[in-house]
Amino acid sequence: MNKRELFQYVRSASPVTLEGARECPDCVEVRVDAKDLLSFMRFLKTNDVLAFDLISDVTAVDHYTSRKPRFDVVYHIFSLKNSQRIRVKVAVDEGESVVSVTSVWRGAEWLEREVYDMFGIWFDDHPDMRRILMPEDYKYFPLRKDFPLEGIED
Amino acid sequence: MTVPLEKVGEEMILNMGPQHPATHGVLRLVLQLEGEVVKRIVPMIGYLHRGIEKLCEERTYIQNLVLTDRLDYTAAMSNNLSYALAVERLCGIEVPERAQVIRVIMAELSRIAAHLLWIGTYALDIGAITPFFYCFREREKVLDMFEMISGQRITPSYICIGGVRKDITPEFLEALKSFTDTFETYILDYEALLTKNPIWLSRTRDVAVLSREEAINWGTTGPVLRASGVQFDFRKATPYCGYENYEFEIPYGTNGDCYDRYRVRMEELRQSNRIIKQAMANLPDGPILADVPYVVMPDKSDVLTDIEALIKHFKIASGAFQIPKGEVYSSIENPKGELGFYIVSDGSSRPYRMRIKSSCFVNLSTLPVMVEGRHMVADVVAAVGSIDIVLGEVDR
Repeated sequence: MNKRELFQYVRSASPVTLEGARECPDCVEVRVDAKDLLSFMRFLKTNDVLAFDLISDVTAVDHYTSRKPRFDVVYHIFSLKNSQRIRVKVAVDEGESVVSVTSVWRGAEWLEREVYDMFGIWFDDHPDMRRILMPEDYKYFPLRKDFPLEGIED
Repeated sequence: MTVPLEKVGEEMILNMGPQHPATHGVLRLVLQLEGEVVKRIVPMIGYLHRGIEKLCEERTYIQNLVLTDRLDYTAAMSNNLSYALAVERLCGIEVPERAQVIRVIMAELSRIAAHLLWIGTYALDIGAITPFFYCFREREKVLDMFEMISGQRITPSYICIGGVRKDITPEFLEALKSFTDTFETYILDYEALLTKNPIWLSRTRDVAVLSREEAINWGTTGPVLRASGVQFDFRKATPYCGYENYEFEIPYGTNGDCYDRYRVRMEELRQSNRIIKQAMANLPDGPILADVPYVVMPDKSDVLTDIEALIKHFKIASGAFQIPKGEVYSSIENPKGELGFYIVSDGSSRPYRMRIKSSCFVNLSTLPVMVEGRHMVADVVAAVGSIDIVLGEVDR
């Protein structure tokens, strides 16, 4: 399955409405609503044609004041069968939470913890939601755009 | 930092690290023990967190290259390559053929160096001292070659955006030839010391088993995934730098234990050597840098003699260039697994967001799966070592 076929298949077979889908130079990119995330992710993994079984990455992008909702949570998932990657984006505002995908891919556990640690985005139904790189009593979220590079002195 | 563990009855909480020789850096493990059996294990990371992702947002694409050296510092060349490929994909830069072949040679040499370091130190962890001296003897030769070509042993920053910094010299090729010709016999040396050694077997076999399903579900990549029986390699699955033109096998294991991880890496040494030999035989002539004036640095010798090149150099070095707007995720097969860069560009000379996907980070998260309830304290050392983590890449 090449990228074009993948793109068309995802668009036609998706069980939820896609807010956007495009073919980027590196992979197919899909945007879904936060409430549809888990069912869409289940579809990606369990669909036999797609078989997106390996989670590559979970991260976030802070659009700060330029956009509302403020954050995008970005998932990269790889299919061992098709050797293709898909990027899934979910928009989330400050203070809102996203549902965890650890029930689909266990490997998301630490990746989601890092997103929480760096951006302050909470993941619901996560088995162990704690900070991971920064100390537990740290008050700030360092990768947000309003956090200065030199840090904040306590 | 408080630990989410509670002592029940006769159980004991043991702190291993962050200063412990077997954790290869500053990894802290909190163990909940019942007798000697590990009931729970909680890895605590972040002691080497330098905020590289944040730093990258404040520096230009050219400056960020040196930060990638400091991720997995046992294989800095590979990190450079992954970063350079990501930026090239973002800008649509085509790298000349000669530079691609040189990149393959460097990436495979750094794989050899990284695996040799792993075999040496892992054997040392488990109690075999001799392999360390053997492995470091050859690793020195690789590092000497890196020094010959870039002036640096550990942090070369040699592979840059658009190609490689300098052309390789005849002396380098000579050293490389004598290295690749003899390396196979050295691999036999290491294997003679370890592969059938009964102590080695009893310390590694059936220890820290990760099943095929678990390995995929936990998102592991690299030798950890392959040892669990998945014949998967990004060099074959999504070829870059012309890897599709080289003949090599993907070694894989069956049991997913420490021994299989050792066998996989050992075989990868052979395959890397094989790739380097093919690359040397088919080294084309031509330029080593892409001709993309707005972001690719001119050759240093031109900068010293040509005013145009000097101006170009000054403009790029001072950040007066623009990278097209867009985003890209690009990853390669590093010695430890997948090293991915997700770059979001807003059209300026600095990345708006740069995410580094580290395989060490993901592979380390499987440690509880490998150890909990099955093994004793001494096996924790074998398990941690077999994942092959570098804390510089775990914490970033």
